[in-house]
Amino acid sequence: MKLTLRIWRQAGPADSGRMVAYEVPDANPDMSFLELLDVLNERLTLEGDDPVTFDHDCREGICGSCGVVINGQAHGPRERTTTCQLHMREFADGDVIDVEPWRSVAFGVVKDLMVDRSGLDRIIRAGGYISANTGSAPEAHATPVPKPIADTAFDNATCIGCGACVAACPNGSAMLFTSAKVTHLNSLPQGAPERADRVLNLVEAMDAEGFGGCTNTGECTVACPKGIPLDSIATLNREYLRASLGRK
Amino acid sequence: MAVTTPTRPAPAPRPARPARSSFAPLNFWRSTIGKKTVMAVTGLLMLAFLIAHMLGNLKIFYGRDDFDHYADWLRTIGEPVLHGAWYLWIQRFVLTLAVVLHAVSAYQLSRRDLKARPAKYAHKQRAKAGYAVHVMRYGGITLALFIIYHILDFTTLTLNRHGVEGAAYDNVVSSFSVWWVTAIYIVAMIFLGLHIQHGFWSAAQTLGLNRPNRDRAVHGIATGLAVLLTVGFLIVPVAVLAGLVD
Ligand code: HEM
Ligand code: SF4
Ligand code: FES
Repeated sequence: MKLTLRIWRQAGPADSGRMVAYEVPDANPDMSFLELLDVLNERLTLEGDDPVTFDHDCREGICGSCGVVINGQAHGPRERTTTCQLHMREFADGDVIDVEPWRSVAFGVVKDLMVDRSGLDRIIRAGGYISANTGSAPEAHATPVPKPIADTAFDNATCIGCGACVAACPNGSAMLFTSAKVTHLNSLPQGAPERADRVLNLVEAMDAEGFGGCTNTGECTVACPKGIPLDSIATLNREYLRASLGRK
Repeated sequence: MAVTTPTRPAPAPRPARPARSSFAPLNFWRSTIGKKTVMAVTGLLMLAFLIAHMLGNLKIFYGRDDFDHYADWLRTIGEPVLHGAWYLWIQRFVLTLAVVLHAVSAYQLSRRDLKARPAKYAHKQRAKAGYAVHVMRYGGITLALFIIYHILDFTTLTLNRHGVEGAAYDNVVSSFSVWWVTAIYIVAMIFLGLHIQHGFWSAAQTLGLNRPNRDRAVHGIATGLAVLLTVGFLIVPVAVLAGLVD
């Protein structure tokens, strides 16, 4: 396949950045999107050009590093798919593809397609965990969890912290991410002791990062590679209201 | 181009985090979710008022005497427990507070939202959200202007052509006999319908009342209320303009 990539090039945080077009005449439909960028970068390196910087790690859809915006869609056109799991067979020979970094004031561009998502880490640090003594694993049957609750918690635990929800949101809001953490931990008995503090602290940290608010637009859930539903945001709102009313 | 290695930028200065107050309602008001909750509660309060208002307007079809008598009663609800127009003034105070809190929250949240995502992408995004979501802000501004116009038209009677206190029926007929006044009402009520269509569902979401198995019902009620209010409010001006009420 012959493809034209128009990629956001930005030398560093201070640079203003621009779209630059590159031809990739030898793309293979079975390549992943990141492999396509690898092929382009190999050529750029050989030609003495600066390769395109992009974040990646696992390349199997579980680490959350690799997100870019492809033709205006976070992680590209295929739903529930990370950029690393997107294959070129989704595109047609001769396509022109625009590739941009996540856009949000809370995510500064480090270089080209790589952004600084550490704001999400600071949200986690504010309470996206349970406080438990480490040591030998507790007896699994000591704390029974009803199946529907375990399912909800597990579904929300699949969030990989990629930031696509922020990138897709017209307000750059991190509500879907934060709601996944709160729904995951606050539905489980293990999360109960810190239930109220967790949601208050996470929301405070989220607001402090400069993310926008939720207007219930729903772009986030469509972009989310893990299908975190809007229902999690309703749960976050409910938990926040509950904790604000002073209930533990 | 020379090869450059990405370096982590110096952490951007974080927006100053207001110290947490020991007064919980203040923290609530400062948070995005708290302000949005204020919008949801005030929005639902205004919605409840609008349903009653719309149904009351329909009394105009019973004729001048009935309607003027009803309008007069509106000023004296609560008597004799409450003195004179006390109830009226309590209601005016509560509704004004609701409009102001709703508008202030909308302004503050919208400013924050626009600042959080200044750059657009090269393409339009997936069209997940319907038209109603996109016109919440314009619609809100239109409604704010409309509320002012409406009060000048029928409450203070400043802009009313007939403008006789106590003659509600004739005041209404005189306004709506002018085509462009009716046109203003039509535009405003369409925005009202759109605002409620997204707003009702959104408020249920904000208050944490939505569940996956209720989603269709909540959307259905939202659309039903939107149509009911838009059509219900517009029947009167359209009937006047068509000469069915005079
Ligand atoms: C003063 C005029 C008004 C303005 C400026 C305004 C503005 C807005 C805006 C911008 C939003 C979206 C906020 C967001 O998503 O962050 C909104 C939501 C809403 N509005 Fe209004 N509006 C006005 C009047 C009304 C009226 C008359 C009603 C009554 C029916 C109403 C009911 C609602 C409801 C129920 C919501 C949803 C709240 C939520 O999402 O939690 N608004 N309004
Ligand atoms: S909620 Fe979805 S889109 Fe947002 S960070 Fe988690 S996995 Fe990514
Ligand atoms: S590289 Fe890990 S999710 Fe894509």
